[in-house]
Amino acid sequence: MFSRAYRAVVTVPPLLWVTVFLLIPYALMFRYSFRTVSASQTIVHSWSLANYRQLFTVDVYWQTLLRSMWIAARVMLCSLLLGYPLAYFLSFYAGAKKDLLYQFVIIPLWVSYLVRAYAWMTILGSVGVLNTLLQYVHLTRHPLEFLLYSPFAVVLTLTHIYTPFTFLPIYASLEHIPRNLVEASSDLGASPAQTFWRVIFPLSIPGVLAGATFAFVLSLGDFLAPLLLGGPSGIMISNIVVSLFGAAYNWPLGAAISFCMLLIVVGLLFFSERLEKKWSFS
Amino acid sequence: MLTREQPVAALEASATSSTLLDIHKIAKSFGKNVVLRGISLQVAEGEFLTILGESGSGKTTLLRIIAGFESATSGELWMGGERLDRLPPYKRRVNTVFQHYALFPHLTVEQNVGYGLRVAKHSASEIDVQVEQALARVKMTAYAKSKPSKISGGQQQRVALARALVKRPQLLLLDEPLSALDANLRRQMQLELKSLQREVGISFVFVTHDQEEAMVMSDRIALLRAGELEQVATPREIYSRPATSYAAQFIGHTNLLRADVRDGVVHCGSLFWTSKLPEGSALLSLRPENIEVAAPSGASGKVRFRGKLRHKAFHGASELLQIECADGLLFSVRTEARSDWQGELEFEFDPTDAVPVRNSEAA
Repeated sequence: MFSRAYRAVVTVPPLLWVTVFLLIPYALMFRYSFRTVSASQTIVHSWSLANYRQLFTVDVYWQTLLRSMWIAARVMLCSLLLGYPLAYFLSFYAGAKKDLLYQFVIIPLWVSYLVRAYAWMTILGSVGVLNTLLQYVHLTRHPLEFLLYSPFAVVLTLTHIYTPFTFLPIYASLEHIPRNLVEASSDLGASPAQTFWRVIFPLSIPGVLAGATFAFVLSLGDFLAPLLLGGPSGIMISNIVVSLFGAAYNWPLGAAISFCMLLIVVGLLFFSERLEKKWSFS
Repeated sequence: MLTREQPVAALEASATSSTLLDIHKIAKSFGKNVVLRGISLQVAEGEFLTILGESGSGKTTLLRIIAGFESATSGELWMGGERLDRLPPYKRRVNTVFQHYALFPHLTVEQNVGYGLRVAKHSASEIDVQVEQALARVKMTAYAKSKPSKISGGQQQRVALARALVKRPQLLLLDEPLSALDANLRRQMQLELKSLQREVGISFVFVTHDQEEAMVMSDRIALLRAGELEQVATPREIYSRPATSYAAQFIGHTNLLRADVRDGVVHCGSLFWTSKLPEGSALLSLRPENIEVAAPSGASGKVRFRGKLRHKAFHGASELLQIECADGLLFSVRTEARSDWQGELEFEFDPTDAVPVRNSEAA
């Protein structure tokens, strides 16, 4: 159908791009993860599993990794709890205002990540909007310290940032549900709640899975929110990787941690893809 | 409650039975767009009533109002002494077979059929028995474990039917259920649906735009045009005694003749015959099959005319001829199929077959 030249022009650049900027760096990273750092701070070419051993035996590494997954899980849960009802309302009940409200959900994505993170700093800080207000109405006497520089602040900010990413696939899957199925369910005697749980929700599962995966994967790798709002207790694994590649000058360990995260993410994507296929019908 | 042993009783009941659904002055507008203008119609128990109309006539809207998916702008629905239009769809003892079947894609055939019983919290064993019976009735037992996407359109149709019937509704609504099927399967399903309806004895309200389908299946036809009922009658009656020119033209083929009645004589072009029609102008419907090639002996009491053959269309068993008379009158005539129709021919018809109809355009 298409000439060979046309096919080459279309396929070669993206393949080249992916190879040069993705596959080769990953391969280099993988290679680095087996090297070691000598006492004199030089990287020694070797094939050693020491870095991986360190990741699983030194408390700060595996604990931070687990905490990052726990933060990501909470972000995922919160953005599902916010995103699903919003998507459901928009898709089924917004009527003529649907397109306008949809834009309102999308607009925050135009605002820079940093601006949104700093906005939360001014809200949550000890002399921030929230604490000032609470003291002004005499609900608290001293600023609440747990609001900023805590895992709470990180979860809150990441939820704010990633909820639209959860909303979008859920909304798309709800929009794809033929409305006559909802009518058929009602016609067969199902109450609105029964219709939701037996028809609408099962048919929206692919969207829920995609949205949950977005929220989890994006949060897991995040390093700006914990850096700006996390404080010492809100440090995430990416912050450790950043410092290992930077000040600590331990590229091999940083590469080993990165590679483990890559495995976790790829595993998750694979798993959620399989589940989504199982739950899609056409 | 209906049982499987009921068919004969149900059939006999339909002749003398009482009203099941009373549609009383139902009107519906979407904004400025008036879709239904005060429809009043009764559906008898065990009756097969077809709502026939072109697209945009409001037939589907009327069905959706009965099912509860739309609410009427004004008017009332009564069923079994109960105000139906105030109940949500899931509380009405009415079930629907949807135009595109609306089977749940994530459930198997069996789960689809059992859905209505499961949400009503029937016991699992009872659901199994009922689903099995319902599937057997529509000959779909072999596909119980299949997903709807794996079966054909005709099979999906049967499943949709079983899913609605298993609820034992008092009234089954069918929204153009055969329109997506090909012609042969469609004819077969028409007969199957009709005999199934006799068997279960439930009232069917069937919506279609296909007049032939309506004629084949219905006990009565309600002809809907631009949101108003044009005529409600049995297929035979609506065919032989159409109330309006629209009814005459929409159901079957007809010749519409403009005539004047003066002193008990009907004048139509150069033709005339005596009649008891009221004086003044009249519109008459004369079916093409009621016009015959004139017998040489010249039967008494028939109206004769001569005309030139302008066009002929072969229909297998019959042939439709277009005849133009000297005075400009045009007639469609249905005759036996013969290859040698040509030139000028003489025809005759019985004046009682020229039925007066109301002019729909003026209505």
